[in-house]
Amino acid sequence: MSLGLIVLLPFFGALLPGLLVRAGRDTAAIGAGAVTLLAAIGVALNAPEVLRGGVVSQSLPWLPQAGLMASFRMDGLGLMFAGLILGIGLLIILYARHYLTKQDPFGKFLSFLMAFQGAMLGIVLSGNVLMLLVFWELTSLTSFLLIGYWRHLPEGRQGARMALGVTASGGLAMLAGLLILGHVAGSYEIADILAAGPAIRSSELYLPALILICIGAFAKSAQFPFHFWLPQAMAAPTPVSAYLHSATMVKAGLYLLARLWPVLSGREEWVWLVAGTGLLTMCIGAVVALFKDDLKGLLAYSTVSHLGLITFLFGLGTKAAAFAGVFHILNHALFKAALFLVAGIIDHAAHTRDLKRLGGLMRLMPLTFLLAGIGTLSMAGVPPFNGFLSKELMLEAALEAGHAFGPLIPVAAGLAAAFSVAYAGRFLIHGFFGPVRHDYPEYPHDPGPGLAISPLVLAGLAVAVGLMPEPIAGGLVRLASGAVTGAEIDTHIALWHGLTPALGVSMAALLGGAVILAAYRPLARGWAATPRPEARLIYGQIETGLRRGARALTAWLLNGALSRYLGVFLVVTLAAGVWALGGAPGPETRPMLAVPPGVAVFWALLVLGSACVVAFHRTRVLALVAVGIVGLMVSMAFVYLSAPDLALTQISVEVVTVILMLLALNFLPKRTPAPEGAGPRAWQMGAGVIATLTGLGAGALSYALMRRDFAFEPISDYHLANSVPGGGGANVVNVILVDFRGYDTFGEITVLGIAALVIYALTESLLGGPASRRLIAWTPDQARAGDRHPLMMVVASRVMMPIAVLVGVYIFLRGHNTPGGGFIAGLVMAIALLMQYMASGFAWAQARQKIYYHVLIGLGVLIAGFTGIASWAFDRPFLTSAFGHVHIPLLGDAEIASAMAFDLGVLLTVVGSVMLALASLSRIARRAGGEVLSGLPAPHDDDAEDRR
Amino acid sequence: MIDLALDFAYVCFGLGLAFTAWRVVRAPGIVDRILALDTMVINAIGLLILLGISEDTGVYFEAAILIAMVGFVSTVAFAKFVLRGDVIE
Repeated sequence: MSLGLIVLLPFFGALLPGLLVRAGRDTAAIGAGAVTLLAAIGVALNAPEVLRGGVVSQSLPWLPQAGLMASFRMDGLGLMFAGLILGIGLLIILYARHYLTKQDPFGKFLSFLMAFQGAMLGIVLSGNVLMLLVFWELTSLTSFLLIGYWRHLPEGRQGARMALGVTASGGLAMLAGLLILGHVAGSYEIADILAAGPAIRSSELYLPALILICIGAFAKSAQFPFHFWLPQAMAAPTPVSAYLHSATMVKAGLYLLARLWPVLSGREEWVWLVAGTGLLTMCIGAVVALFKDDLKGLLAYSTVSHLGLITFLFGLGTKAAAFAGVFHILNHALFKAALFLVAGIIDHAAHTRDLKRLGGLMRLMPLTFLLAGIGTLSMAGVPPFNGFLSKELMLEAALEAGHAFGPLIPVAAGLAAAFSVAYAGRFLIHGFFGPVRHDYPEYPHDPGPGLAISPLVLAGLAVAVGLMPEPIAGGLVRLASGAVTGAEIDTHIALWHGLTPALGVSMAALLGGAVILAAYRPLARGWAATPRPEARLIYGQIETGLRRGARALTAWLLNGALSRYLGVFLVVTLAAGVWALGGAPGPETRPMLAVPPGVAVFWALLVLGSACVVAFHRTRVLALVAVGIVGLMVSMAFVYLSAPDLALTQISVEVVTVILMLLALNFLPKRTPAPEGAGPRAWQMGAGVIATLTGLGAGALSYALMRRDFAFEPISDYHLANSVPGGGGANVVNVILVDFRGYDTFGEITVLGIAALVIYALTESLLGGPASRRLIAWTPDQARAGDRHPLMMVVASRVMMPIAVLVGVYIFLRGHNTPGGGFIAGLVMAIALLMQYMASGFAWAQARQKIYYHVLIGLGVLIAGFTGIASWAFDRPFLTSAFGHVHIPLLGDAEIASAMAFDLGVLLTVVGSVMLALASLSRIARRAGGEVLSGLPAPHDDDAEDRR
Repeated sequence: MIDLALDFAYVCFGLGLAFTAWRVVRAPGIVDRILALDTMVINAIGLLILLGISEDTGVYFEAAILIAMVGFVSTVAFAKFVLRGDVIE
């Protein structure tokens, strides 16, 4: 099975439970389990190749233009991790089925869990560091969802937020580190990065990359000082804690350290940073774990400690240590997951996880006691369990390192080992030994098979690995650590390897642990009395501080005064313009055109009109009249500068805009109120200066631009040359719209249609909401005079209608070769229709409107789209146009271009959008105006219905 | 001769345009301004026709027709607004 498919399978599986859970919780669990099993089979099919020492890899194009490949690879390390993820995943699904109660949404749980599983598989099977990072972030997200699964628990939400905050920030740092790494190696493929080890180690960017990557890995693997999120994450359901927070996700950081071991290790900084952090975390975690009363809290800190142990081993940078680290990843996953599941069983049976309320469970839960015994003894490193083997190897490596870095290392390692014996013993003795109590919240009993099977399998494996390490785990661990170090490993694991110093330290640790546990009570009193910094609280303070800072910054930047934003924006733009162009824009290469006196008059009128808009802006109708002057002059300028298409469009748009504005103005204040917070007069003068300068700047920029040749060849020559031979039309503007840039036009008419529909929807919700009552109570704010529908206007507009539509058709038909086209024709027709609404009234016009405007919009977009699609039938790309000539009797030759159908789509969309927008707005007035004149009910006169 | 006539007509329509524009700026009431804007449109149409004659092309003529056809609609809208407040009743 291809690796990409294996990674994708759990994501598919995440969709299943949500559907299957309706058929029962068992069905959902079986569905998720089957997908997991399928993925596991896929991994197993690839295993022989890996076991022969090869690397399975697969590469799919992702963004080939950017040199990015979605590549997957599986070597020994990947195989071991994939096996852990899927194997333990199966057990967890079984356990969770019986652990979660009927009230918990099981389908949701399984969906989250499967998504997490896919993300985790993605991390360990990625062949590209950027893709690895994507999966890395996905595990953070899914872990957030799983920790906060019990949404009603505040500690669940809090823990989820903290875990996400810490691991995602770490991921950010890691992104930077991996980018540096990829930059130095020249590739983001893991295989290439591994090959570039010497170059990376000798690069001056080594240290920043190392630190950034380590921050990411440490945050994920709960290393000091980022360890505090892991105990908080224990608010998650126990299966999640067992799966994510002991067996898999927290090992992702370790996986990354192992993956990059050949590249990054080998310099002293690596040892100090990684081994130092690991050792510190190991000691802190072990000490804190001893004093935790909550079973899961104890296990969480013990996990922190064991993760520190593995980090320490990778940090030492020797092959033997790396071997021990890989081995301990396996061992820890087995016994710690089993212990978490045991803690879940106790919680389930006794309804408490507090060690102070437990004790004497041995007699009541013998099976659970057996499981807990195996787990804790293995965790303590007692022979013959698997934990003993890797702990021995760790102590050996620590003693070895002691020769190089001083005796502090083996002493600290021994101390941590002693404490781990103590807390493991406390789990077992305080939980299970002693007399049977009578004050458990619930009388405990052994679990049924559903809960017991998973920890049994894990504990069984822990014993088996301990007794027969070589046949069961030896080969796999050698293979995995070989993949870590990139060299052949020939270490063999044995339960007994003579009287070594490591064995001595181990025995001393056992003894020491026993002593510590014996003195637990006074020690605990002392611990409670010692003041110590709480990383969790410090994080909370930092978070609060950041939030306050962000809020203050936002409040300072966004104070609600639009004029201020505009001022800042304009000043910055102006400064940038002056800075960029103020120096020497180069010589003026184009001549100044002559200015005839007539044109000067037009220019003066344009300036006058603009000035009037400013002067009248408080009186809104007057400002609108002044805008009319500007629009007229701009259209005249377009005509004069040989752009009749633009002139026609401008004048039509002008009319529609005026009607739109007047419709709105009916309900708005007729005078613009002075803006609040405009500031003192000096401020307003300053704003005026800024506005003037910006206008002058824009003018100067246009002048400078028009007096010079373009830096690059303009595209217009191409359009002029190809318009007739390529597009079959002499009107270049239209050919550009419907052919050269047809795809853009298609997008634009779609947006236009959407905008009109949104206006309709907004009006609709407005009329249905509380505003409706206000509208009905609304009284016009100015006196009403005269006739509603003056006869002269009615007659004139009805005579106008066919003429205007005819002109529209004419403009449309000839548009391809002479000024015109679908857009202008659409506007002209819309204006003709609007005239009917204005002259004869809304009800009259609406009653004669047989087609919904929505339909027109949809039809237009569809016609345009199908015109484009039709070119596929001729094996051409979307929207390739074709044209030809046909002979029509009586009329002669006529040109038919496919672009014309496209243009028809444009026309229909424009008519539909303009009419829908204006009709929607005028409905507001209908609601306020009360009665509507005679006439049949319109096909969609909802107002009439509403009023009934 | 035609050149002379054209120049004369240009001056006439240009003056008309300028005067009506002034009427938009300074006027006793909103109705005068609306009417002045409408007259400006008519003067502009006249100028377009003149331009077409002097350059001997039909393109401007069509533009003029179109402006004549839709240009008055905004005047109607303004008038309805002043009279009734609601443009589409």
